[in-house]
Amino acid sequence: MIKNFLISIGKQIISLLYFLGGLTNLAIQTFYLIFVPPFKKERIFEEAKKTGYDSVSIVALISLFIGMILALQTAVLMQRLGSEMYIASIVAISIVRELGPIITSLVVAGRVGAAITAEIGSMQVTEQIDALESLSSNPIKYLVVPRFLALSIMLPILTLFGDIIGILGGYIIGVYKLGITSSLYWSITWEGLFYKDLFTGLAKTVFFGMIIAFVSCYEGFNVKGGAEGVGRSTRQTVVASFILIISADCFFTALFYFIFP
Amino acid sequence: MIEIKEVSKNFESRRVLDKVNLTIPSGKTYVIIGRSGCGKSVLLKHIVGILKPDSGEVIINGQDIGKISNKELDTLRLKTGMVFQGGALFDSLTVGENVGFSLIEHGHLNRDDLFDRVEKALAMVDLRGIERLMPSELSGGMKKRVALARAICANPEIILYDEPTTGVDPITADSINELIKNLHDKLKVTSVVVTHDMISAYKIADRIGMLYQGKIIAEGTPQQIQESNHPIVHQFVNGLSRGPITETVERGS
Repeated sequence: MIKNFLISIGKQIISLLYFLGGLTNLAIQTFYLIFVPPFKKERIFEEAKKTGYDSVSIVALISLFIGMILALQTAVLMQRLGSEMYIASIVAISIVRELGPIITSLVVAGRVGAAITAEIGSMQVTEQIDALESLSSNPIKYLVVPRFLALSIMLPILTLFGDIIGILGGYIIGVYKLGITSSLYWSITWEGLFYKDLFTGLAKTVFFGMIIAFVSCYEGFNVKGGAEGVGRSTRQTVVASFILIISADCFFTALFYFIFP
Repeated sequence: MIEIKEVSKNFESRRVLDKVNLTIPSGKTYVIIGRSGCGKSVLLKHIVGILKPDSGEVIINGQDIGKISNKELDTLRLKTGMVFQGGALFDSLTVGENVGFSLIEHGHLNRDDLFDRVEKALAMVDLRGIERLMPSELSGGMKKRVALARAICANPEIILYDEPTTGVDPITADSINELIKNLHDKLKVTSVVVTHDMISAYKIADRIGMLYQGKIIAEGTPQQIQESNHPIVHQFVNGLSRGPITETVERGS
C-alpha cells in the first residue's frame, strides 16, 4: 500500500520533471530561433489577430462582469461604513493589480492555448510536423516563434483593455446603482491608482503569455494516439497553464512586494 | 546514392530497425516491402533525417546526415522530396501554397516565377487550376497527387514515397503508379517507395527489398522477388495467411 503510494508519487515527480525539462528545452530553442532568418512578420500578425483581436469580445464581457460584481460585493460593506465612494478605488486597484491580469490570462489560456494545442496536435497526428521538417522548415521556428511573440505582445495589450472595461463595469454600478457622481468616481479611481500598479500588472502578463505559448505548443508536439491524444493534451494544456499562471502570479506578487514595497 | 549502414532504431524497448544495410544507386527506384508496422516508414524517415538512428549511419551523396550541421541538413532536405502516407498537406494553406511551400519559405523567386513553378508541378501530376482550393476540398487521390506535386516542386534529386497507393481505389492507385514511373523517367530522380501493395511494387521497382523484423531479409529485381523461394518472401508476396509469418498483427511503429 505505502510502497504503491510512494511509487505513484515518484512517477508523478518524474513526469513533472520531464514536463518542465521539455518546456525549458522548447523555451531555449524558441529564444534562439527568434533571431534566425527567415523572418516572417505576416505570420506574427496573423497569430496576433487570432490571439488578441479575436479574444477582445470575450475579455471585454468577462472584465465588465468582474468589475460590476466587484463593485456590488464591496458595496454592501462600504455602504455600512458610509464610504461607498471608495468602491471606485477598490475596483480599480483590484482589477489593475490582480484580477485583470489573471482573468485575461486564464481566458486566453482556455481560448487560445487550447486551440494551439489542438491545432499543433492534429498536425502531429497527420504527419504535418514531419512534412514541415522534410521541407527544411524547423517546426519550432514555423509554429512556436510566431505564437510565442504574438502571445507575449498581445496579452499585456488585452489585459490593459480588460482593465479599462473592468473599471467601466465598476463605474456603471457605482454611478447608476449606488449614486456616486461621475466626476467623484473618476477622481477616486485615479487617486487610488499608481503607475507601479499598472506596470506590475502588465509586466507579469508578458510572462503569462510566454507560459501559455510554451505549454500549449509543447503539449501539441507531444500528442500521441490520434483524436483521443489531441483531447488529452488539450485538457493538459488548460490545467497546466492555469496552475503555472497562478504559481507565477504568486511569485511575481511576492517579488514586486519586495521590489516596490 | 543513398547508403544505409548498420542502422538500428528502438522505440522504448521495441527494436524497429536492427542493423539495416541498404544501398540505393542514383537514378533507380527502390521499393521496400513489408508488413504494416514493420518499420518501413521509420526507415524512410531516417533517409530524410526526421528520425535519427540509435546506431549506424545514413549517407546521402557521401554526406553522413548524422554528422552534418543543421544548415547542411536543410540544404540536403531541399534536394529530397517526401510524399507522406496521408498526404500531410498543411490544412491551413491553399493547394498552391502547399505545393510551393519550400520555394516560398526558402526561395527568392518573384510571384510570377513562383506561380509558374507551382502550376508546372501540378500539371506534372495531372492537376490544373486547383491552386486556390483548400486541402479539405480534395479527394484522397487528389491529396496524394498534390502531396506528390509538393515533393517535386523544388526539383529534388531524391523522392521518398510512404505508401503512395494505400487508401485509394485501384484505378487511382494505378494512375499514381504511372505518375511515379513517369516522374522517374522525366526527372531521373532516385526514388524510394515504401509499400505493401505488390502490384505497385512490381510495376514501379528497379529493385525490391523486403523488411522483416527490423532487417532486410531479401533483395532483388521484381522478377527475382516474385519467384523467390525464401519462405517469408514467398508468403508475403503471394499474400498467404499460412507460413512462417505467424503474427497476425504487428505492432504499429
